Amino acid sequence: MDLLKRQSSVFQLNGKLKAVILIGGPHVGTRFRPLSLELPQPLFPIAGSPWLQHHIEAIVKHPDVREILLIGFYNQSQQMSRFVDDMQRKYGIPIRYLQEYAPLGTAGGIYHFRDQILRGNPRAFFVFNSDVCCDFPVWEMAQFHSNVTGGNGYVILGTEANEQQALSYGCIVEEPSTHKVLHYVEKPETFVSNIINAGGYIFSPDIFQHLTRAFTANYENELIHDAARDSIDLHSSVLTPLAGNGDGGKLYVYKMNSGFWTQVKNAGHAIYANRLYLSLFKERHPEYLATNTPGGHEIYGAVRIHPSAQIDSSAVLGPNVYVGAGVVIGAGARVREAIVLDRAVIQEHSCVLHSIVGWDCVLGAWSRIEGYPSDLNPNDPVAKITSESLFNLDGRLNPSITILGKDSKRVLNWACGFTLPGLRTLFAALDPA
Amino acid sequence: MYLFPRQLGITITLSHEQEPLGTAGPLGLAREILEKDAEPFFVLNSDVICSYPFKKMLELHHSHGKEGTIVVTKVEEPSKYGVVVYNPTSGQIDRFVEKPKIFVSNKINAGIYIFSPTVLKRIQVKFMSLEKEVFPFMAQDGQLFAFDLEGFWMDIGQPKDFLRGMALYLSHVRQTSPERLAEGDSFVGNVLVDPSAKIGQGCRIGPSVVIGPNVIIEDGVCLSSSTVLRGARICSHAWVQSSIIGWQSVVGKWVRMESVSVLGEDVIIQDELYVNGARILPHKNITVSSPDPQIIM
Repeated sequence: MDLLKRQSSVFQLNGKLKAVILIGGPHVGTRFRPLSLELPQPLFPIAGSPWLQHHIEAIVKHPDVREILLIGFYNQSQQMSRFVDDMQRKYGIPIRYLQEYAPLGTAGGIYHFRDQILRGNPRAFFVFNSDVCCDFPVWEMAQFHSNVTGGNGYVILGTEANEQQALSYGCIVEEPSTHKVLHYVEKPETFVSNIINAGGYIFSPDIFQHLTRAFTANYENELIHDAARDSIDLHSSVLTPLAGNGDGGKLYVYKMNSGFWTQVKNAGHAIYANRLYLSLFKERHPEYLATNTPGGHEIYGAVRIHPSAQIDSSAVLGPNVYVGAGVVIGAGARVREAIVLDRAVIQEHSCVLHSIVGWDCVLGAWSRIEGYPSDLNPNDPVAKITSESLFNLDGRLNPSITILGKDSKRVLNWACGFTLPGLRTLFAALDPA
Repeated sequence: MYLFPRQLGITITLSHEQEPLGTAGPLGLAREILEKDAEPFFVLNSDVICSYPFKKMLELHHSHGKEGTIVVTKVEEPSKYGVVVYNPTSGQIDRFVEKPKIFVSNKINAGIYIFSPTVLKRIQVKFMSLEKEVFPFMAQDGQLFAFDLEGFWMDIGQPKDFLRGMALYLSHVRQTSPERLAEGDSFVGNVLVDPSAKIGQGCRIGPSVVIGPNVIIEDGVCLSSSTVLRGARICSHAWVQSSIIGWQSVVGKWVRMESVSVLGEDVIIQDELYVNGARILPHKNITVSSPDPQIIM
């Protein structure tokens, strides 16, 4: 459906849908540094597209979605406006970035911009967290909302995790016949349920009654500091109180039954997300992926290469690699499980494994950049990627994906499993151990 | 074994110990051959390398006319070895001190000797140590003299020292017969390449590299401070430094190997791995990186 048609129908949204993506701000997601020092985390390229674009693409699968609202605390910037323009043009749907005046928590932004969300009378609206990597099943969620909740309930998108890992997420107890949520708790210490909050929702417009109540309660609570009064947390102020409530309860859970899901909290997870989205491209956008051409560089598995990158014919790429604009890859170089950002130079015979090479980096001939992959237990179909702390109990760095920040110049040697903030020149091997 | 005597115009006899006889006993075992005539004989240790100035050694031995001459060399850390105390003008050896805790002298026993056959009277065919049971008595009797070695010397018993000794030997070749060393765009510093070895395009070989017979070095390989033994293969784009690659071994593509890694015979390192200071026993197939120094059996 083209832009004009969708745009003109925004004001006649009766019975249509909207989507809200909560994109956070620079004060959260600090574990994504140094990559998020250059641009907002939601715009970081995963599998060659800005992260948010993957969400937008998942959302527009449902033809009834007539507007997408991005809510967050990042300052308006050229990067943001250009991104929004590009997305509007590409997907033919109105998209707006609404900047919060202060960090308003996971629900405060929704409450603050309620008029924008309700304008045109949508029958329901989606809400998605930006820091997850998932091909949101919008069609199924909307169906579920109409059929199971009668079109006026509140639905959380759930996914399955193993018992141990579930403790790190929001846990949902489901009543199996009605799919109502009996209980909701964030990061419990003991096992509650193995269904976790996947960071997606679809709400009927009357959710705002509950948000208003939470907002008013905040204001009346003298113990809450001024600055925090406007901030509402979705989980504690909305989901937890709504859970249970007997027959009158309107909170439901829709369990994803296929497709990948992962949280992306640090830059190392981005490599994992890179792999997941690249595999999605195999069916959705095979034209994005590089193929082997006779006499050209060798490609294994899913690899996406920006058209302006120059790659020597003796280089070997893949699987699961994204090569950005203006990148130069020299003779005999090997790149595997990696994201190579714009204008980086990888000189001849180098080896880049499980790493993110930042913008404008230079890797000297025969250098080796290697990270430790955060691979999941292959025997557990619902295993999730863990978010480890930087250091282990002995005070040593936990091995992880290697990240070279913008402008690193690396000559001759080896870097393994750590993060280099950028603008540094290294001449010696570096080992976190 | 049988080619060398013919090429060099000499006879080689093997004397095999049925049980360990130490450093002196084996000489007693070979008594018949050594006592064939009254000419002095050299004794060498095989885990040592130097420039072997045999002529000068013989001259010195004849000039003092006593029973034995020991080659001594100056080292930086004498406490690792047996230190020799001798008169600097006459060359007569006074005594030995094994691994001294405080500084005595920086001249050590280089493991190369010349003896007159009469020394065999001091040796029986049983486990005996030259350093402990023969030399001290020879010194007491005033029969032992020192030959001060000039030039390089290295005990090459440990892999790290082997590589250092190799580098010293190559410098020696650069001075004495530089035409033996490889020249060309791919070569840096002192590099010795067997004529039967094959080297690919775009490589950077050296400094201090020795490449053995029938070795194959593929394109884009960077090799330095290393020895590659017969029949081994280093695959494309690998980077190898300070390592010993054993006979018939294969180092995979894009492998990075460093910090005195040693591969035994027929070891395979798969592509794209990192090997740091690993000692790998023969016939192993290595499929994961070894980032911390270890022995892999």
